[in-house]
Amino acid sequence: MYETNYHRAGSIAEAAELMAKAEDGKLLGGGQTLLPTMKQRLAAPSDLVDVTKIGEMNGICEDGDGVAIGAATTHAEVAASDLVKQKIPGLASLAGGIGDPAVRHMGTLGGSIANNDPAADYPAALVALGAIVKTNKRDLAAEEFFSGMFETALDEDEIVMSVRFPGASASAYSKYPNPASRYAMAGVFVAKAGDGSVKVAVTGAGQDGVFRMPEMEAALASNFAPDAVAGIAPDADGLLSDIHGSAAYRANLVTVMAKRAVAAA
Amino acid sequence: MAVEGIGARALRKEDKRFITGKGKYTDDMVLPGMGFAAFVRSPHAHARVKGIDASAALAMPGVDAVLTGDQLVGDGIGNIICGWMIHSKDGSPMKMGAWRALEPETVRFVGQAVAVVVADTQAQARDAADAVEVDYEELPAVVDPLSALEPGAPQLHPEAEGNLIFDWEIGDEAATNAAFDNASHVTRMEISNNRLVPNPMEPRAALADYNDAEEHHTLYTTSQNPHVARLVLSAFYNIAPEHKLRVIAPDVGGGFGSKIYIYPEEMVCLWASKRVGRPVKWVSDRTEAFLTDAHGRDHRSEAELALDADNKILGFRVKTVANLGAYMSLFSSSVPTYLYATLLSGQYNIPAIHANVKTVYTNTTPVDAYRGAGRPEATYLVERMMETAAREVGLSPAEFRRKNFVRSFPHQTPVIMCYDAGDYDVTLDAAMKTADYDGFPARKAEAASRGKLRGIGLSCYIEACGIAPSAAVGSLGAGVGLWESAEVRVNPVGTVEVLTGSHSHGQGHETTFAQLISERFGLDTDAVSIVHGDTDKVQFGMGTYGSRSGAVGMSAIVKALDKVESKAKKIAAHLMEAAEGDIQIEGGELKVAGTDKKLTFTEVALAAYTAHNLPEGMEPGLKEGAFYDPTNFTFPAGTYVCEVEIDPETGKTEIINFVAADDFGKVINPMIVEGQVHGGLVQGIGQALLENAAYDETGQLLTASYMDYTMPRADDVPSFSLSTHETLCPGNPLGMKGCGEAGAIGSPPAVINAITDALGSNDLTMPASPEKVWALAQSGMKQAAE
Ligand SMILES: Cc1cc2nc3c(=O)[nH]c(=O)nc-3n(C[C@H](O)[C@H](O)[C@H](O)COP(=O)(O)OP(=O)(O)OC[C@H]3O[C@@H](n4cnc5c(N)ncnc54)[C@H](O)[C@@H]3O)c2cc1C
Repeated sequence: MYETNYHRAGSIAEAAELMAKAEDGKLLGGGQTLLPTMKQRLAAPSDLVDVTKIGEMNGICEDGDGVAIGAATTHAEVAASDLVKQKIPGLASLAGGIGDPAVRHMGTLGGSIANNDPAADYPAALVALGAIVKTNKRDLAAEEFFSGMFETALDEDEIVMSVRFPGASASAYSKYPNPASRYAMAGVFVAKAGDGSVKVAVTGAGQDGVFRMPEMEAALASNFAPDAVAGIAPDADGLLSDIHGSAAYRANLVTVMAKRAVAAA
Repeated sequence: MAVEGIGARALRKEDKRFITGKGKYTDDMVLPGMGFAAFVRSPHAHARVKGIDASAALAMPGVDAVLTGDQLVGDGIGNIICGWMIHSKDGSPMKMGAWRALEPETVRFVGQAVAVVVADTQAQARDAADAVEVDYEELPAVVDPLSALEPGAPQLHPEAEGNLIFDWEIGDEAATNAAFDNASHVTRMEISNNRLVPNPMEPRAALADYNDAEEHHTLYTTSQNPHVARLVLSAFYNIAPEHKLRVIAPDVGGGFGSKIYIYPEEMVCLWASKRVGRPVKWVSDRTEAFLTDAHGRDHRSEAELALDADNKILGFRVKTVANLGAYMSLFSSSVPTYLYATLLSGQYNIPAIHANVKTVYTNTTPVDAYRGAGRPEATYLVERMMETAAREVGLSPAEFRRKNFVRSFPHQTPVIMCYDAGDYDVTLDAAMKTADYDGFPARKAEAASRGKLRGIGLSCYIEACGIAPSAAVGSLGAGVGLWESAEVRVNPVGTVEVLTGSHSHGQGHETTFAQLISERFGLDTDAVSIVHGDTDKVQFGMGTYGSRSGAVGMSAIVKALDKVESKAKKIAAHLMEAAEGDIQIEGGELKVAGTDKKLTFTEVALAAYTAHNLPEGMEPGLKEGAFYDPTNFTFPAGTYVCEVEIDPETGKTEIINFVAADDFGKVINPMIVEGQVHGGLVQGIGQALLENAAYDETGQLLTASYMDYTMPRADDVPSFSLSTHETLCPGNPLGMKGCGEAGAIGSPPAVINAITDALGSNDLTMPASPEKVWALAQSGMKQAAE
């Protein structure tokens, strides 16, 4: 690990100011991705600005028919939230399946989506639910926010403050974990909106990160049952392929996880 | 605590220290003025080192020195050696390429060190190591052992033409070929044994301190065998003569074999400390551990089993290619030869066996002994063949094995080993009963009704521990004797210190060894302390590996205890004016049989040291030492049964039940033995389902972190059903056989036999990853549908 300077910001304004002053600053959430990266000497920020103690970035509240979750809220808090369980059960179960207990008690929603690991779980929920990402500069729709593998629409130094998740009449997430990392090899979030429309978002499998499955969405809008998606798989061409699973295997997992998510929703 | 003798489930004395964070590991050691080492490592699997420019690094803050291989060689530091000579079948000695602790000319695996930086802090050392500029000329690399043997393959060492280290054989080839000529059935398989990374919890570390006034070195290090380390560092690497080198292996957090060897880094710290004039510490990070700790296994084999019309085995023929990586590590040559091919007879009567083993260099991390060392490879081969042959001839796997079990002892196999004692029917029966083997068809049908595939598999393993009779291993090429030593010091107040050459790095010696003394003298285990891991305290020892600390290490303690007991009885007899033969030791007292005369153990100990009234001519004191050299290997054996359920949609394998019935001979502490079996089983299941060191063709290790190297976790394994069934080993005083590796040796074939049973396809390599299992399940279902 390289040596670095640690700062704890008390407000968003202070965080922005500390970042502006730093030679090569980085926002620090739960540190579950950034610190291992630094330990492997793949990142060497001069300054770390910890945003997890900023009051307005913490906590979960009701927001219309859905919920708004502060960016510094940990995965464990989301998983345990009665409000989330009641409004969007699929989101609570997704958060409860991230990593292990230590990771869930440190890692944050904001850090996860800002990092946009192609195998991270949250992006599937944001896209399927049509969430809005609120930053210190603007509001971004989930599909605009995630722009490619480890890439987002965030500007340098832009801070994710919270995410607003619209409610769903049915939702579920089904994940096949990578045996080593336990990130998603294929994770499918299925959300049925109040108007009966359905969104299906896939993480872990795509070369460009999270993507939607329009064919599944159409099939489920007319028949919200596992069988409706049993014959639908993504084109293996755009899928990840590595020592843990070929693109063809991942394509199969997408179908199987979609069936299981629909069954659980 | 209390008097807790042989067979007691005594809680581990060492756990308080470990659980409360009071253990003292090498990285906990701090010396005044100490600097930190960081290594400059090759990013290439094969490259010529054209130049090293350290000027930028030397100018960085806190940097003391940047040392290279030319300086190391110039100072007369010796090459790293393999200590077990193997001869090819043509009589020529193995071809050992030169391995320098810092390589000045040609790097041969990713992570090989070419220079070391010493600086005031670890961060400064790492930053400076990054700033050392090495000019490499890349060379073509080869990672696959079969490709390495092909004509035109990249050459690693000038000493080893065609990358062949040796071409060795064992057994009677003509007799084996004749057995195949008469066979009524032959089972043939290609079997590979996947490469593993040991992953002890504590990475390797070293702290070297040179005292120039005394010309004396002290090395704190993560070693399983500090005396062997000192011997090799002195005799071969020219660090210092033995009396000028103290090696201390304090608390060590796991080894699994990987901490047997003397690696470049530890040796460089010793040399660098002398060069820079300050203590030098190095602690491996996890990436360095993946790249440089000796890996395990990596065999490719072809095997053939010849049966007669009655399904009795006539002969077994094996050809194996073993990948030793880029250099020959300390015991690397013995693993695929005498620790492997000598176990190819399994638990069975096999009249003729012939094995040919070729070992090769590749541009990968060196391979050496890893938990089980050769015996897992042998067991996997034998037990996959047994299960497959049974399926082919239409016998139940148990019946086929029973037909061929060895039942009379001693049993001389055609591959050196002479099995001394065992009862293989007992462990097979016990395991099948616990696993409810007979109820399996009903469970399979129930699983099928849920769309799941169930399978059950057996493994009847045998292994050889207690290594080993020194004369025997000497005749087979070992550079050292494999005895053990112990010293029992009774203090004047009757407490006892036992100095042992065995080394505990997770095995619980401080508890089990104390139980021996508790049993013998009726003392509280708290009155006993076990001293190990320091060459200045313990006179000599061969260390801990090959499950030898019980059968060999404790046998040495027993011999020393015999001497202490005999002297204590003489003193007691003299003091109580009785005959020595009438003295009995019971409950911490020495009594005269048939009278009420007695002395406490403490009184006798005190008498030995006050020496006011000792028998005529007796020396004062109560302290005895002993060396124990085993008479034979020991042969732990048993049966494992694994039952799996497969999700054909994802290929996920769940282990529903795992039963182990083991014969370890005498068990000293059942709780510790169970812990050893649990750990071993998890490692074996890890090999079968999850673990694999994967390289790309250029020699980059693809699995160099836990993001990609799958370590087994608690939720990957079920609760195990264990039992032990004792036949005493006749070769040592306690009748012990050893339990440290059995779990890792016996379990992989049980798992794979179960999965292949579920899939109805035998075409599966380890690890049985979800994708492989899914592909087989899908093609199986397609076939069934057609
Ligand atoms: C062992 C392990 C297992 C894991 N398993 C999973 C898994 O199964 N599924 C999964 O989805 N994830 C997994 N993770 C990742 C985990 O969810 C992390 O918490 C997450 O990726 C990053 O969140 P963090 O709060 O730790 O962010 P950090 O590591 O602190 O930061 C990550 C990045 O986000 C930036 N950042 C942080 N907060 C903000 C903010 N508010 N606004 C803008 N940028 C910000 C940082 O500058 C940095 O670039 C795992 C991690 C580990 C260590």
